Amino acid sequence: MRKAFTALAVAAAVAASGGMAEAKTFKWGFQTDTSSLDPHAHNVTFTLGFLGNVYEGLVRRDADLQFEPGLAVKWENLEPTRWRFYLRQGVKFHNGNDFNADDVIFSFERTNNEDANLRGRVVGITEVVKVDDHTVDFITEKPNPIIYYEWDTWFMMDKEWSESNGATTPTNLSKGVESFAAHNANGTGAFMIKERQTDVKTVLVPNPNWWDKPQHNLTEVIMTPIGQDATRVAALLSGEVDMVYPVPVQDIDRVNKNDGTSVMVGPELRTIFLYMDLFRDELLYSNVKGKNPFKDLKVRQAMYHAIDIEAIKKKIMRGLADPSAIMISPKLFDRSENFTRLPYDRDKAKALLAEAGYPDGFETRMDCPNDRYVNDEQICQAIVSMLAKVGIKSTLVAEPKAKYFARIAPKGGSDYAFGLLGWTPGSFDSHNVLISLLNTPDQKAGRGLYNYSGYSNARVDELTDLIGSETDKEKRDAMIEEAFKITTDEVATIPLHQQALAWGKRDNIELKQRADNQFRFYYVNVK
Amino acid sequence: MAAFILRRLAQSILVMLVVSLVAFYMFQFLGDPINQMVGIDTPLAEREALRERLGLNDPMIIRFGKFVLNAAQLDFGLSYQHKQPVVDLLMERMPATIELSFVSAIIAFFLALPAGVYTGLYRNRWSSKALLTLSLVGISIPTFLIGILFIYLFAVILGWLPSFGRGEVITLPGGWTTGLLTVSGLKAIILPATTLGLFTLTLIMRLIRAEMLEVLRTDYIKFARARGLTNRAVNFGHALKNTLVPVITVTGLLLGNLIAFAIITESVFQWPGMGRLFLQAIQEVDLPVMSAYLVMISFLFVVINLIVDILYYVVDPRLRVEKSGGGH
Repeated sequence: MRKAFTALAVAAAVAASGGMAEAKTFKWGFQTDTSSLDPHAHNVTFTLGFLGNVYEGLVRRDADLQFEPGLAVKWENLEPTRWRFYLRQGVKFHNGNDFNADDVIFSFERTNNEDANLRGRVVGITEVVKVDDHTVDFITEKPNPIIYYEWDTWFMMDKEWSESNGATTPTNLSKGVESFAAHNANGTGAFMIKERQTDVKTVLVPNPNWWDKPQHNLTEVIMTPIGQDATRVAALLSGEVDMVYPVPVQDIDRVNKNDGTSVMVGPELRTIFLYMDLFRDELLYSNVKGKNPFKDLKVRQAMYHAIDIEAIKKKIMRGLADPSAIMISPKLFDRSENFTRLPYDRDKAKALLAEAGYPDGFETRMDCPNDRYVNDEQICQAIVSMLAKVGIKSTLVAEPKAKYFARIAPKGGSDYAFGLLGWTPGSFDSHNVLISLLNTPDQKAGRGLYNYSGYSNARVDELTDLIGSETDKEKRDAMIEEAFKITTDEVATIPLHQQALAWGKRDNIELKQRADNQFRFYYVNVK
Repeated sequence: MAAFILRRLAQSILVMLVVSLVAFYMFQFLGDPINQMVGIDTPLAEREALRERLGLNDPMIIRFGKFVLNAAQLDFGLSYQHKQPVVDLLMERMPATIELSFVSAIIAFFLALPAGVYTGLYRNRWSSKALLTLSLVGISIPTFLIGILFIYLFAVILGWLPSFGRGEVITLPGGWTTGLLTVSGLKAIILPATTLGLFTLTLIMRLIRAEMLEVLRTDYIKFARARGLTNRAVNFGHALKNTLVPVITVTGLLLGNLIAFAIITESVFQWPGMGRLFLQAIQEVDLPVMSAYLVMISFLFVVINLIVDILYYVVDPRLRVEKSGGGH
């Protein structure tokens, strides 16, 4: 009842302010539904991207992923371990409550909970201090120059609303206690949830009291999950929805040829790469006994030279990939032009293998997911045949992600010789790439958790720590460059490409595509 | 009769136990649920803590025991992915699946009946042969492909019917949602129900035809004709009625199939039913949803079998005689 009333009020407000603006309903579909409406429970890109229309963080990223003020107007690093955030005044939640420092502290406590998958957003913070109603200090254990880098998706909740509705913690799986916030939302964002039928549709209406000036002309947004690729594309072609994503690469042509629809293509941030076992003394699944060929730099270089990345781009990705020479998207690191890939050169690869003592190559196995990245299995098939041409004969094991990731994890026995993986740094920063993928593995210290190569270099570890606390951008970038230089020269991993985003839309829709694949309705205009 | 039903229901418990035991055994080959639940940068210690809290470290037999104890109280726990009670999730989606299955069973049965009788009676006409050939198509093209063909033809090219979803639904008292009372809901059910029913239609039609051919050769049909009864009375009153016992059995079992295996159709048409929920659960290793769904489906099959058995008594008088007469 209350929701219906709000909706009426909104409709009335819009009608009054817009001088009788036309109703602009925007319908769109994604491949899954949002996991829940709880902003702290699920660390899923789509869920956080969707909720970013309803909830807001202290900071915000614009369409080019640059930081801009969100619920905080400015922030500063008072001491190495103390960050001060000045909150925006006059912001109201959808239910009319004021947003203030207590809500920030409450949101911190709610996120710092074992049932909150977003706990990583606030890890290392020892205390949050209320300075006044619109100023808060975050005290950290160690200096952290990038404390807010993931806070564009750390959303603020209303303390009073959560307390009166029993939503002070996310859903507790082990005790079986469901959170009210999983099905209801009360944010400060540009849109409010009007109706939600899990897995069927979610209807949103603009928030008439939003603090920011709307750039959209929508009066209603309807989100429908459409799981099957073919059905999703058909729904766009038939005009039942105005926009869908992702569009599978093989359907892009059809959408473009159809009258009134087209595909927006742009680079994504995820880097696809190969990891190789550098830690075992004897390679698994190989005919080479008693030693591990991958430990020889020449063998790794040979593999690199054997890969025809342009063929993968053209034949498998249909042009929708940017070959990469380093482990991070060029959008996220200014000096990435200083790196180039080892050229595709089959003779060089064979020569290197011969020098390493494998003139006839060797046998091994490649592991690959088949439902995780764009055309992942096809990429692996191509790599297997490219490697076979220089003598590295591998069998391919391609599996669903649930099985694959369990088996290649250290807990699953690191069951692989080499394989394919993709990585998007959550903080959009090189430090995350270095510490997760290229530092000496150390579970306790949280280093090298996904360094499945098992690569280890003391200087890289040292640089990572320095980068973690350096605040001067020039010095920091120089150190990042040095670290990437070492790992690239030593072929710790073989980067392949950044895959592309493909959003299909009707021609009368204007929107902005963000490289992190998050979709903000407040950039949408229906013409 | 009551004893018979009770015995059958007791058997169903055994069936459900066996199904869930097999399911539990297979779950360990599906992958790691924890991986699907947490973000990729979640530290190992937190993952382990979660695994411990969910009881995933216990041996399979203990987890199975806990599951059975809770299931006996109709508590299937919370879904790992949706973080909602599994029972609520299934109940929310059940109306969609049941409606889809029943509508497609009705479409299948009422198209198959005349087509089966016709092809049985006039088996040499070219129209019968055309029908039979056409029905081969229904049985040999995978549901998935038929669904996509339908969508492209009726939604994209012709624009007559929606390509996905269930249309507007109305919530009846008791929480049952129905799409059969709105225009958009009725339009939305046509394509998925036809897609789902096509296989069943073909099967029933061919079965009726074969049975008709069999029955039409028997002496009592010849005798009925000799008595000068109308064709209508012979064909429908005598012949068709005697074909019905196997047809009812098969239709009953197929109804179970329609409900249990609406999975593909539901996922093609984005039909918000239980099948899609199950499919997602498999992809995300959502153990509580998978086990509850499997137990429910096995219960359903037992119940449908029971109903079919009871229907035998109604259709076939000989069974009633044997039971009460105590033998010849």
